Amino acid sequence: MPGEFVDQIFVAAKRWILSLLSHAPDWIVQIASALLNIILLLTFFATLFALLSVLERKILGRIQNRYGPNRVGPFGLLQPLADGIKLLIKEDVVPIRADKVVHFLAPIMMLLPAILALGVIPYGRNMTAFSIDGGILFFFAVGSAAELAVFMAGWGSNNKFSMLGAMRAIAQMISYELPLLIVVLPVVMIVGSLSADAIVAAQEGYKWGIVPRWFVFTPWGAAAFILFFVAGLVESNRTPFDVPEGESEIVAGHMTEYSGFKYATFFMAEYFGMFAVSGLAVTLFLGGWHTPIAWLEFVPSYLWFFAKLAVLLFVFIWIRGTLPRTRIDQVMSFAWKFMLPMAFTCIIAAAVWHYQAHGWAGWLSSFAVVAVVYFALSRFLDTRRKFATRTYRFAE
Amino acid sequence: MSAAAFIVIAIFMLAGAVAAATMPRLIHAALSLVVAFIGIAAFYFLLGAEFVGLVQIFVYVGAVAVLIVFTILLTRRDQENTSGFNWGGAVVAIAVFSSLVWAILHTRVSEAAPQIDPLTVKRIGEVLMTNYVWPLQCVGLLLTAALIGALILVAEEKR
Amino acid sequence: MTPSLTGFLILSAALFCIGLLAALSRRHAIFILIGIELMLAAANVNFVAFWRFSPEPTQPTGVIVAIFSIAIAAAEAAVGLALVIAVYRHYRTTNVDKLDQLKG
Repeated sequence: MPGEFVDQIFVAAKRWILSLLSHAPDWIVQIASALLNIILLLTFFATLFALLSVLERKILGRIQNRYGPNRVGPFGLLQPLADGIKLLIKEDVVPIRADKVVHFLAPIMMLLPAILALGVIPYGRNMTAFSIDGGILFFFAVGSAAELAVFMAGWGSNNKFSMLGAMRAIAQMISYELPLLIVVLPVVMIVGSLSADAIVAAQEGYKWGIVPRWFVFTPWGAAAFILFFVAGLVESNRTPFDVPEGESEIVAGHMTEYSGFKYATFFMAEYFGMFAVSGLAVTLFLGGWHTPIAWLEFVPSYLWFFAKLAVLLFVFIWIRGTLPRTRIDQVMSFAWKFMLPMAFTCIIAAAVWHYQAHGWAGWLSSFAVVAVVYFALSRFLDTRRKFATRTYRFAE
Repeated sequence: MSAAAFIVIAIFMLAGAVAAATMPRLIHAALSLVVAFIGIAAFYFLLGAEFVGLVQIFVYVGAVAVLIVFTILLTRRDQENTSGFNWGGAVVAIAVFSSLVWAILHTRVSEAAPQIDPLTVKRIGEVLMTNYVWPLQCVGLLLTAALIGALILVAEEKR
Repeated sequence: MTPSLTGFLILSAALFCIGLLAALSRRHAIFILIGIELMLAAANVNFVAFWRFSPEPTQPTGVIVAIFSIAIAAAEAAVGLALVIAVYRHYRTTNVDKLDQLKG
């Protein structure tokens, strides 16, 4: 079956390389297997990061009716090379009274959770780097270490703006971590396992032969997907929630005193965080590496995964180019007053759907639950002031 | 191989804990505490209780350490947060350690670890919801009470 | 030499005593809390080690106790740190030697 060969080409290649080591003791084979996974993952995502940094500038440019970078290489696609060289040869400025150890470790500690989180996402059939039983919990456990890194960056710079930016960033990240976790709960409840592979396997097949059984096509799943996506936007500090790093407000927040390679590391950590959150959204809600249309099964599974990932990343960039920045108190009240109640509603709606045996009645009642709570919250939180009708006076 | 892992993780964790207990600057102590917690989580993985290890990282590193760091920030006095060291405590700690080690070495324990299936999250979930459902509800109540209590304690007093 | 139960127990005893050291020999309130967290974590390691080496490890009792203990430790850390902040606001100090108004 040629389709299956292309689909499993990475798995077969890795098995072939490991067979070269068959005479080595067991632990060397284990370490070599893990190293191969890691090297492939890092190479691929580093290339994707480089590509995305230039694509984002070009897409933002097109949204703003201008070309993006188009000097270096064909259509400006070699721009990351020029950016990399520039950032690497810049002088590394460290403030005199900064806490040297903490200042140095902060970028590393920011990058580490993002890379670790990429290890539990299934990229294709049998293509998860580290398939552990509590995969989703691992993802969030290492993700929560990023807040410490932001604090270390703000503290280590010995700069009041950095500290203020770091406090805002941590407040934002902690507030949105709760909705991010709670909307994952319905998915875990319905599937019955925390393992990412099990969640993807539960979304295979087609309902009535046409509609895939992805969770995004259920009412609670659609609400949960939107909430997860917005919370992911906030966790990666992207516009419209980039108060911690908005240039016109607080210089660069917790990254103010970083230059050169350390700044590049922060930048990379932000993009890797985006990849991790998008990858998890694809796994949990969009069916992972499954095909949306039944007769396109011959396309390899990893291509489907990356197509969905690309769509989500495009939406990230699109939102950045379109929406203005929100104020920090608006961000916080949105998290606690709207997103958290909606997240709890998703759990209830998922339970209603599940206990009506996934049928029509279940679909309708869970949609009713989500809609009722959404409209109730919107009415309750409506803070638009009611203006009087305007009267105009013209000069005579 | 697991013996080598045990020794490496033990050194890592004890170094972090000793640094957390003895460093003069508070922030460095808090960050070494994070290292100690990660070492403890690695021990849970070594012992085959992966779920507890993940919960350890999630709760201790992601929540308790961030709380400690925030509190250090909020109780600064614009001077170095150094703190003196009282050596009497070291004497007591060493005394307690020696008595504990004496008790451990004089206990007869089985030497070999029995072979078990890895403990799955599903099994923990089953047990939590059947045998331990009342403690679970009590812990939920306790966490709610702690949340409300902490919020009331730090609320600004109304003038 | 595979790690035996004695190794794990001595390790958790060492961790406990380091926590005790931090709690007893420091004057800053947050250091004392750090010591308490270390002691709680050491007790958890003890529970899980005993579960692992027990003759019937299909009952995850030690693991469940450790999970509950982690949850309770988090609640206790939150309330303890809130207390430290409240005391700091009132007395402007975190040195526990100076908090002696009830001394006889």
